[in-house]
Amino acid sequence: MTGSVTGNDCDVVVIGSGPGGATAAHILSSAGWNVIVLEKGRNHLLELTEPYGPMGHFSNDEIKFTRRHFLGPDPITEPRTFRRSESDGDRFLTGHVNSLPSTVGGGGVHADGKLPRFREVDFSLRSELGGVEGADVVDWPLEYSDLEPYYAEAEELVGVAGEAGNPFAAWRSGPYPMPPGADMYGSLLSGAAALRHGLHPYRAPTGANSVPYDGRPACNNCGFCAFYGCPIEAKGDPVALLRRALNTGRCQIIPEAYVHEITTDTSGKKATGVRYLDLRAPVDNPGGPPVHEIRSDYVVLAGGAFETPRLLLRNGLGNSSGLVGRNLMFHFQTMVAGGFPDRLWGASRGRSVTHLHDDHIVGDKAQDVAANAAGLPWLRGGIVEHGGAAGPILESLSYGSNQHHAASMRASALRERLWVFTMQGEDLAQPNNRIDLDPSVRDAWGFASGRVTYRPHRHEIATSDHVAPILESVLRDAGAEWTAVSTSPPTNENDPHPAMGHAPVSYHIMGTARMGDSPESSVVDPSGRLWDIDNVIVADSSVFPTSTGYGPTLSLVALAARATRLAVGDPLPSTVPAKP
Amino acid sequence: MPSNLTSSQLVTLRCVLDRVIPGDDLTPGAGEAGGAEYIDRLLGAFNFDPPQIWAGGPTSGRRGGAAAFDHWIEMGEWEKLAWRTRIDQWSLVYEAGLLALGDDFVELSPDQQTERLKQTSTEFRSVLYEHGCESLYGDPIYGGNRDAKAWQAIDYRGDVQPEGYTDQEVSAP
Repeated sequence: MTGSVTGNDCDVVVIGSGPGGATAAHILSSAGWNVIVLEKGRNHLLELTEPYGPMGHFSNDEIKFTRRHFLGPDPITEPRTFRRSESDGDRFLTGHVNSLPSTVGGGGVHADGKLPRFREVDFSLRSELGGVEGADVVDWPLEYSDLEPYYAEAEELVGVAGEAGNPFAAWRSGPYPMPPGADMYGSLLSGAAALRHGLHPYRAPTGANSVPYDGRPACNNCGFCAFYGCPIEAKGDPVALLRRALNTGRCQIIPEAYVHEITTDTSGKKATGVRYLDLRAPVDNPGGPPVHEIRSDYVVLAGGAFETPRLLLRNGLGNSSGLVGRNLMFHFQTMVAGGFPDRLWGASRGRSVTHLHDDHIVGDKAQDVAANAAGLPWLRGGIVEHGGAAGPILESLSYGSNQHHAASMRASALRERLWVFTMQGEDLAQPNNRIDLDPSVRDAWGFASGRVTYRPHRHEIATSDHVAPILESVLRDAGAEWTAVSTSPPTNENDPHPAMGHAPVSYHIMGTARMGDSPESSVVDPSGRLWDIDNVIVADSSVFPTSTGYGPTLSLVALAARATRLAVGDPLPSTVPAKP
Repeated sequence: MPSNLTSSQLVTLRCVLDRVIPGDDLTPGAGEAGGAEYIDRLLGAFNFDPPQIWAGGPTSGRRGGAAAFDHWIEMGEWEKLAWRTRIDQWSLVYEAGLLALGDDFVELSPDQQTERLKQTSTEFRSVLYEHGCESLYGDPIYGGNRDAKAWQAIDYRGDVQPEGYTDQEVSAP
C-alpha cells in the first residue's frame, strides 16, 4: 500500500462494505485516494482479484438464504438484545434482533432494491409541519436541492429502473437511467383498485436492471429477489459500486475484518486509523483473533445504523452531544394481506414488489381528521409496497402440523394466492429509542452486544390504524376474498404472541448518529463528519434526522456520495428541474 | 454416505415426520420425501469438507446452466463454530426426542403414536416441524423433497435460473 503522503497505510479506511461504504470506496478511489474497505462479514459478492467477477455463491435457494444465516450475522456469535423500555429490565429478548446482512455488500445484497427518493418536505418537517409532543421532529441541515445532484448520481451508479409516473415525486434533473421492468400481475390488480380508490400507484424505482446496463444483464424475473443475493448480478446495489472501486486499482476489500477500535491521536480529536480482528484465523488462535492496525488519514464509518453507534459507544468517541445511539428509528410496518381466488404468481415470478403509492405520506383530509382524533397535529405514513409473498418453506411453516397440510400447500392461500400491501410508515425520532451496549450479553469476541430499546410513538400506531382499513378495502376491491392486518412492532404490546414478534422486523434502521446544524444537537455535521472528530465521515443511515416514509437506501447512497465528494473537494454542481 | 443417525433412528424419524407433515394421494409426506435423510445430512454436515450447510450456485442445472448446487460453499472459521454449536444442540434435542418416541414407535397405532409424540419436548416438536417443512419444500440438494415431488404437487419450480420467466409470464394471469 503506497500513495499516502503522511506515511500511513492508506488515505482512508472504510468500515463496512454496504451501500454507504461501497459508495464511499467508489468516490474516494476514483478521486485518487488509496482505500481499504474492512468488512466484518464474509465475501460472497464478487472476486477480489481482477477482473472482479461474480463468485457464483448466490442462488435461488430458500434454505440457504432464509433458514441458514448465509448472509450473517449469526445470532450465536453475534447476539443482539431488545427491550421496549427500561421497565423491561436489562432486556426482553436476546438473539436475532433486526440483523441486516453482515457480508460484503451489506444490506444491499438481500434487498429487493426499491429505491425511491425522499420528497422536498422531508427535509423540513419541523418548519413546515411543526413538532409533535413526545417526539424530536427536526429539519435536516440540508435541502432536497442540495441532494438532488447526488440522487441523480446514485441512480446512475446503482442503475435504477423507473419512470415519471408518481404525481407526488420530488423534482428531478433528468430521467431514470432505465425504464421500469415487468409489472407483476398482482400489482396490476392492486394498482387498478388503488386508482379506483383515488390513490396514485406508480411503477417502483427499482435497482434491478430492466435492460443490460453497466456490463450487467437485465433481470429475468426469477422471483427470488427480496432476501436473496442476485445470481446474475441484475441488482446493481452494491456490486456495481464495489467493482468500480476495485477497478481503480486503488481499493482493497478485506472481508472477515471486525473493526473494534477507531484509533485517535492524543488530543482525541483526530482519528489515526483503526484496529481490527482478523476473523480468518482459526477460532482457537491463542489469545483470540489476531489484531491488525491500519493507519489512515481519514476513516469512513459505514457499519449501518446499528453497528455504527455500537462502535462509537464502545470507543467513547463522537458523543459529546450524548446523542450517539439515540433517536433510533425503524419504519413502522403495516402489512395488509389479501387472499385471492386464483393464483397471482407473486411469490415466484418478478421483482417481489413492482408498484408503490405515496398517498399516505402526502395525506388528505381524512388523514388530518384521524390525526385530530388522535390528538396529534399530523399523521405521516409511508410508501405502500404492492407485493407478493415468500417461498414455500415459509408458507409451509405457517400452516402448522395438521392433516390438511398437503392440501393447504397445493391451494396456496398464503403464497401464490396472496397479495400484500406493506406500508413503511414514518417513525418519529424519540431520544429514548436507542442503541446502546448491553450490560452483560457479549459477542463471540467479548464485545458488548448492541441493545435496542424501542417503543413506537403513538403517531405510528395512529397512522397504521388509519391506513390499514383503507388498504384492506383496496385489496377487497382488487378481488381479495379476505384480508388480514399485522404490524411490526405490534400495535398492542401486551399481545403475548404478536404475528411478527415483539422486536421491529424492519431492516430500515436510521437516526443513531443524526446530522444537524450544531454539535450540541447532533452527532454529525452537515457535510457528514463527526463534530468531535472531523476526519471521520459517517456514510450510512445513522445520519438521518428523520426516517421519512421512503426506503432509506438511495438517500444514504446519495448522502455518502455527497460527504465523500465534499471531502475530496469535488462536489457536484447544483441542478435544476429537467424540462418536461 | 456417512450417517449421523442409526438406521432404527432413521426409520422412526421417517415415520414421525409422516405423522407431523402427512402426505396424501398427491403430495408425499415429509418422511416419505426424505425428511429423515435431510435431518441426518444436517446433523452430519461436518462429516463433509466443506460442510454441507450452504449449497453452491449460481444454477441448479434444472433449467439450463451448469448444475452447481453440489459445490458446497466454504464456511468461515466463526461460521463453523456457530454451526457446530447449533448442530450439537439439535443433536441433543433429536437424541432425547427419539428416545421418548421409543424404538417401537413405528409399530404403534396412530393414536398411540400421537400420545407418544405428546410426551416429547416442545422444543423437539418445534425443531422437527421446522426441519420437516424445510426438507419437504426446500431444494432437493439438501436431501429432502425427493425427486422434487413436493414442488410438482404445488406447481412450484424452485430455481429457474438462467431461464427465468418472460415479462408476459410475470404480468399476465
